[in-house]
Amino acid sequence: MSEFLNMGGYAFFVWSSFGLTAVFLLLNVVLARLALRKARLNAVRRIKALEQQNASEA
Amino acid sequence: MYLWVHKLGSPRYFYSFARVVAPLLAVFCAVTMVWGLYQGLVVAPTDYQQGESYRIMYVHVPAAWMSMFIYVVMAFASAISLIWHIKLADLIAQKSAPIGATFTFLALATGSLWGKPMWGTWWVWDARLTSELVLLFLYLGYMALHEAYDNPSTGAKAAAILALVGVVNIPIIHFSVEWWHTLHQSASVSKLGKPSMPSSMLVPLLVMAVSFKAFYGTVLLWSVQAKVLEREYRSKWVRELLLGAKT
Repeated sequence: MSEFLNMGGYAFFVWSSFGLTAVFLLLNVVLARLALRKARLNAVRRIKALEQQNASEA
Repeated sequence: MYLWVHKLGSPRYFYSFARVVAPLLAVFCAVTMVWGLYQGLVVAPTDYQQGESYRIMYVHVPAAWMSMFIYVVMAFASAISLIWHIKLADLIAQKSAPIGATFTFLALATGSLWGKPMWGTWWVWDARLTSELVLLFLYLGYMALHEAYDNPSTGAKAAAILALVGVVNIPIIHFSVEWWHTLHQSASVSKLGKPSMPSSMLVPLLVMAVSFKAFYGTVLLWSVQAKVLEREYRSKWVRELLLGAKT
């Protein structure tokens, strides 16, 4: 196991590469999910506001 | 086929398409990534020249491929939005840009981390590295330009033109290792001819490349879905989807 982690002496370079990739890919996933959640909540809020407005005008 | 594409261009069909396809792609991406990482990091043999450091290839090369692939998708979508004024095409281009910039940055960063132990330097101003850096600036420029105007459709148009002009950089990146003398090695995997790698090394690389493509697809579908909701909240179908049919 420690031999695997050592990567033949290249541990820093190999694990930094994979770590950096993991961090940036995860960031993309998290931001996209948050944007979708926010868009859903905002859409619901706006639809309700619109309908209330229409109801009070009627 | 044409009818299907035409339908998909409507935000409503796109949204329901994405709702089904995105989770499937996400699962496919995760499975192929776990398998590819295991094969690439554990199973694939040690390189006789570069030792274990060559394993950086399993993220570096797919990221570099994606950086170019996404740019081409972005340029195509930009052309479609300029010519036919299909709004969804602009959303696809707009939401591709940050993902493409991520992969470009990762290709540069992991390349640097590979270059240091193998070439003895983090960076050289050679053709391949410089043209890839230009690609990063094209993505960032596209994103900045898209947001730079008070009128969003002016920004979209300006950014689309930048995307189309910038596409000239893609063949430059691809052929840079043949046209100029460079520290960067030439292609080891090509569609024509035999790859200069045993299949125990090559297969994990291709699996990682497929996984990165699925990753792009998943994140793109999610981000475009969010944009569609922002724009279309007045439509009946959004109301029915989020709050049920009107009583």
